[in-house]
Amino acid sequence: MEQFAAVKRSKDGQPVRYLIVDDSVFARKNLARMIESFGGQLAAEAGDGLTAISEFERTHPDIVLMDITMPQMEGIEAAEKIVQAHPDARVVMVSSVGYQENIVAALQRGARHFVQKPVKPEVLYEVIKYVLGEDGAVAAGAGA
Amino acid sequence: MKMELIQPFINAADAVLSQGLQGTTKVGNLSMEEAAYRRKGVAGMVALTGDIEGRILLDLEPQTAVRVASHYAGAQLPESDGLIKETIFELANQVVGNAICALNDQGFHFRVHPPALVTSDEADKSSEDVEALMICFETPMGNVFMNVALRYNQRRMSDHAAAGR
Repeated sequence: MEQFAAVKRSKDGQPVRYLIVDDSVFARKNLARMIESFGGQLAAEAGDGLTAISEFERTHPDIVLMDITMPQMEGIEAAEKIVQAHPDARVVMVSSVGYQENIVAALQRGARHFVQKPVKPEVLYEVIKYVLGEDGAVAAGAGA
Repeated sequence: MKMELIQPFINAADAVLSQGLQGTTKVGNLSMEEAAYRRKGVAGMVALTGDIEGRILLDLEPQTAVRVASHYAGAQLPESDGLIKETIFELANQVVGNAICALNDQGFHFRVHPPALVTSDEADKSSEDVEALMICFETPMGNVFMNVALRYNQRRMSDHAAAGR
């Protein structure tokens, strides 16, 4: 997989920590490989919305990558609950069901961005940088 | 079954497979399935309910499934690895998700159900009102078969018509 210039937390220079939420093991592994290529660190994984909420409380990640269609609790509801409890939480929806209704619903309920599956690493990388804003910094001297 | 229903799934499968397998994908044989569907290998099925109902089945011969899953995993997987099934599920999910985005833009609404593994050798038979179309995608890693059986939900469509949608 292509390597990207590492995106670090600007406050302490540490790797950005991610919570990956998807009911598909395949999708979680794929996203984990991508964030590794961005210089990130996997804080936790969850296979449904309910577990995502508890894993968020346990690990306080910098970014949540959240699928929509999942058992027990779907991603948009889980994103809303996380953002209600933690208004600074950065949740990026990652789903193949990327029609306008879903995107609008996710953004209205607190998600910061939406990435359509199949995920292109270069697209996710740009979204991560955008969502982190000034809280993220691309490592100096590294080429994309 | 109308081509306007099928085309978004063909386009989505073509796009998902071309991007994921990083090679040219060619649409090969298309055929109507009248008899019960006979599974070829590792098959994942995604059901749709809503304005259009039915199911989409993605089916790969065992060796093709291993090659495809190994490609995504970035390492050679044994045939028994659970990740092979997961890979086929996720591909089916992505194809359906992308296709229904196009259909949603045309005003159709759906619910997508989580993928299920097809374990029996024969999947559900197409019936008089639900024909199944089989499309073969020729990829650099082998053939990927997509079986699509969809129909308009007449009651929902009537409701939309009555509501002027």
